[in-house]
Order: sequence, then structure tokens, then C-alpha cells
Amino acid sequence: MMMTRFVGRSWLTAGFIFLYQPIVALVLYSFNDSPIPNVWRGFTFDWYVRLASDDALLSALRLSLKIAFFSATAAVVLGTMAAFTLVKYKRFVGRTMFSGMVNAPLVMPDVIVGISLLLMLVAVERVTRDAFGVGFPDRGAFTIWLAHVLTGMAYATVVIQSRLRDLNPQLEEAAMDLGARPWEVFYLVTLPMISQSLLSAWLLTFTISLDDVVLSSFLNAPGSTTMPVVIFSRARLGLNPSVNAVATIIVLVVSIGVILASLMIVRNERKRARDMAEAARN
Amino acid sequence: MRAGLGAVRRSSRFQYGGVFMSRGKSSRAGRFAVIGVPYLWLIVFFLLPFLVILKISLSEMEGVAFGNLLTWKEGVMQLTLKFSNYLFIVQDELYFKTYLSSVRYAAVTTVICLAIGYPFAYFMARAERRFQPVLLMLVMLPFWTSFLLRVYAWKGLLSEHGWVYNVIVFLGLDHVLATGGLISAPGQLMNTSFSLSVGMVYTYLPFMILPLYANLSKMDLRLLEAAADLGANPWVAFWTVTVPLSKAGIIAGSMLVFIPCIGEYVIPELLGGPETLMIGRVMWDEFFSNNDWPIASTVAAVMVLLIIVPLAIFNKYEAEAQEGSR
Repeated sequence: MMMTRFVGRSWLTAGFIFLYQPIVALVLYSFNDSPIPNVWRGFTFDWYVRLASDDALLSALRLSLKIAFFSATAAVVLGTMAAFTLVKYKRFVGRTMFSGMVNAPLVMPDVIVGISLLLMLVAVERVTRDAFGVGFPDRGAFTIWLAHVLTGMAYATVVIQSRLRDLNPQLEEAAMDLGARPWEVFYLVTLPMISQSLLSAWLLTFTISLDDVVLSSFLNAPGSTTMPVVIFSRARLGLNPSVNAVATIIVLVVSIGVILASLMIVRNERKRARDMAEAARN
Repeated sequence: MRAGLGAVRRSSRFQYGGVFMSRGKSSRAGRFAVIGVPYLWLIVFFLLPFLVILKISLSEMEGVAFGNLLTWKEGVMQLTLKFSNYLFIVQDELYFKTYLSSVRYAAVTTVICLAIGYPFAYFMARAERRFQPVLLMLVMLPFWTSFLLRVYAWKGLLSEHGWVYNVIVFLGLDHVLATGGLISAPGQLMNTSFSLSVGMVYTYLPFMILPLYANLSKMDLRLLEAAADLGANPWVAFWTVTVPLSKAGIIAGSMLVFIPCIGEYVIPELLGGPETLMIGRVMWDEFFSNNDWPIASTVAAVMVLLIIVPLAIFNKYEAEAQEGSR
């Protein structure tokens, strides 16, 4: 018994060290005062100062944030609908195909999604150019957005679906019995109860969009380069402390965001549990 | 006053009752929209693109455009399928080798992830209840920090003077790796099969841990007590009760690792070397460097064929896991 506990603790510790030490290294070497990466020469903020004037990276970051914001929003809307469909409607024509198509982008390699979406959009563009004289859609922010919504939707659906499934259906039925119309039930009863999962789904799809290299590379145009594509092209050439500095900022922002969000979720959950207990007592 | 409001409310309920027919209709329309919008979206942007690459891989080039598969000429309908791209890929040794090596890397990554991830998820699920949410968050947190940057970090760690490099060389493990053929020479860890595998295992480990943890934490521990009462020692109970019960988690986790690994591009590009063949990278080069769209489409179509069986298994278990947990 003691033995198992010891093995368990060591295994978990070793696993977490494995998971976290690259992040520690990224942060540490972003403060390294040396043009040769990996050799520690002393502490500096130099790389951060240089970032402020790194126009290529900053404009790519602006575009990335914009795309991430809009794709996360659309992915959560579509994901909510898909999750709702899978949880509430057990029978409709083509349900198996629907659930297959919802889940497939979770594992489908990005290169396949990227090339097939691009070639289809190119075909659409040719057809519209022949028909109207103007090709639509142009490659750029819009097409990257499309791809990000597609993969983001799969993640959003999984997150929202698991919450929706755990809901007590009696609450919605009660609202129905009290005369609420279906959309009123959704807005007044279902939506508040799944709001936290919507938030986590939004954050997750936002970060996935902000992290994507492959889809953006296929679907971008020369003028619309996203931040991961810029980082990737630099990382490909070798170690680059400016990449570490960007990484540190991302890690910091994301950790704070995730910790705040989970604190909020825990607090709301407690409050809900209290309210429920209160309601049960009365 | 209150009673009056109640009466109004009651009467309005009757009114709702009176328009019940139209309510039924609007709810049917609502249902249609809720199912239809995501369905249509997926068909147009997920399914249709596959048919487009399938078509491109099978069509004859007419100048810069692709010919139609079906043609209608003087009352004769003709279906033209050009298989030469597929023949080219099947006969070319490089493609065959690359597909084989992608499957091998993906399989090795899956096995290693399972070997590390199963005990990890198991100990997590058996840790004290109050620590579990924190442990879960610690597994998920790297998910949220850029995958690209974490892969990039390994480039530093495995290059000369990186601390993982130093530890491996200090322990003399690089000689072991070199004898095993995973690295070309002692002291050269980057751009090898070894660095590629480390990067893939690192990236996909959380994808293995999370479904396993979800499965193992739901297990009824009384079953183990029953096994013990019937005379099984903990080791036997683990293999005859815990492992078979976690089958769904094992399959879901393995597919979540195996399928995306096959087409992985970023990790081989950053951590792999010239001799670490991965099909995602070959397709990328056909598309971006050679501008050969038909061949790139064919490579992608064959990749889809390769993952379609694992994908079907994944979908089956994913659907079961989602429906069954109620």
C-alpha cells in the first residue's frame, strides 16, 4: 500500500515535470542576455523591448486576435446548436453521419482539412468568377476564419455537450409546463445553466485559433499572415529569443485567464449548489 | 392584487393553450433550424471539400483547370476517371515508405503515450478527491498554452547545452540511443527519430490522459473490493477488472493520439530530420514547393483512406461514451 502510494506520487511528479519543463525553459531563456540561445549569460529584458518594435509580429498578432475572437464566437454558436441537437434530438435522418462529422475534426490531421477546404474554396472562387466576374471568396482573413470555425466547432461541441447532458431535464420540462415557449426555455433556463461551459468552450476555441499554423498557412494570402505562421517561420530557422519572449507573454496571459475563469466557475458552481439546497429546503 | 395577477397569468396560460397548434409548428421550425444549421455547415465545409480533393485527384488536367469527371457529348455520357495519380503513388517507393513510416511513428507514439499515460491517469483517479480538480487542471493547462511554442521549446532542450540534452549525454544515454538507431551519432539528438518521437509523445500525452482519467475516475471501486473478497491480489484485480473496464478510455485515447499523429506536420518540421519521413510533410511540399495540386490531393485522399478505419472506431466509441454516460 505504501509502495503503491510512493510509485503513484513519483509517477505523477515525473509526468508533470515532463509536461511543464519546456514551458519553464521558454520563460527562462526569454530573459537570457545572449545571442546564442541555450547558453545563459545573464538577465535582460532586451527581447521584450525589441518585441515592441517588431512590426511584422505585432500586425500578425492583431490579425490573429481578430480571427480568434470571431471564430471562437461563431464556433460556440454552432457548437451549442450541434451539442443541443446531439443531446436533445435522439432521432432524425442522418444522425450517425451528423455525430461523425461533428467529432471527426477533433482528430482529422490539419493538413487534410487545410488542403481540402482550400481546394474547394478555390473551385468556388473560379465558379463565381465565371458567373459574376468577381471571384468569391478571396483567400485571407475570411477563409482562415472559416477553417478555424470548422475545427473550433468540434471542440466547442464536446465541451458544451458534456454539460448539456448532465442537466436535469425536469427543469426545462417544468418551464415548458409553466407555459414558456421553446426559445424562452432555452434563453431563461438552459442558457444560464450552460453559460460556464460556453465560456470554457469559447476560451478553448480562441486559444486553438490563436495557435494554428497549418490551416492558416493553407488559407492565408500574402497580406494576411497570422502570428503562429510568423513564429513558425522563425522557429523553423533555429532558436530565436524573440520567440521565447512572445511565448512568455502568451503563457502569462493564458495562465491568468484560465485561473481566473476556473475560479469564477468554481465560485458559481458553489453558489448554484447553495441556491439548489436553499430551494430544496423551502 | 396578487390574486389578480395570478388570474391574469392563468388566463394567459389558457391563451397559450389555445394557440397550441401554432406553438407546435414554431417548435418544429426551431428544431429544424437547430439541426439544420450545423448540419449544413458541416456538409458544405467539411464533407464537400473531401469530395473536391477526390475529384481533383481523379481528373484530367485541361490547361490550368481540372476537367469534369462526367461529360455529355452527342447523347453519350462519359465518366472519365484518371487513376494515374494513384498508380504513381502506389508505384513510387518514396510515398509507400513515407506512409509506412508515418504509421510507424504514430503507432510508437500511441504505445508510449499509453505506457506513460495509463499509470498517470490511474494514479490521478485514485488520488485524494480534493486534489483531483487541481491535478486535472494541471494536465489541461499545457493545452491552453501554445502547442507550437511548446514544440519549439523542445528544440532548445534537445540542442547542445539544452538541459535535457545535458542530462541525456551526462548519463551516457545517447550511446544507447545511437546503438538503437534512434539517433545518427552520440551527442546529436536534434533532427532525429528520437527528437521527433519525444515531441510527438510530449504533445499528445494529455490527449491520452484525459479520456483515460474520465473513464477511470468513474469506476465503481466496490468491484475491486469484490475481486479482493474473491481472492484476487491487487495486481490480478488490476488486470482482470480495472483494465477491461477502462477499454473505452484506452481506445478513445489511442485514437485521439494515433489519427492526428499520422498527418502531423509541425512537429516533424521543427524536430524531425531529413530521414524522418512523415506523410504530412511530403504533402505539404508537393503543395507549396512543387505546386502539384493533383498529387497533393491524391496524397491527402490516400491519407484519408488510411485513417478512415481508426476514425470509424473513434466515432463509435466517442458516440457511445457520450450517449452512455447518462
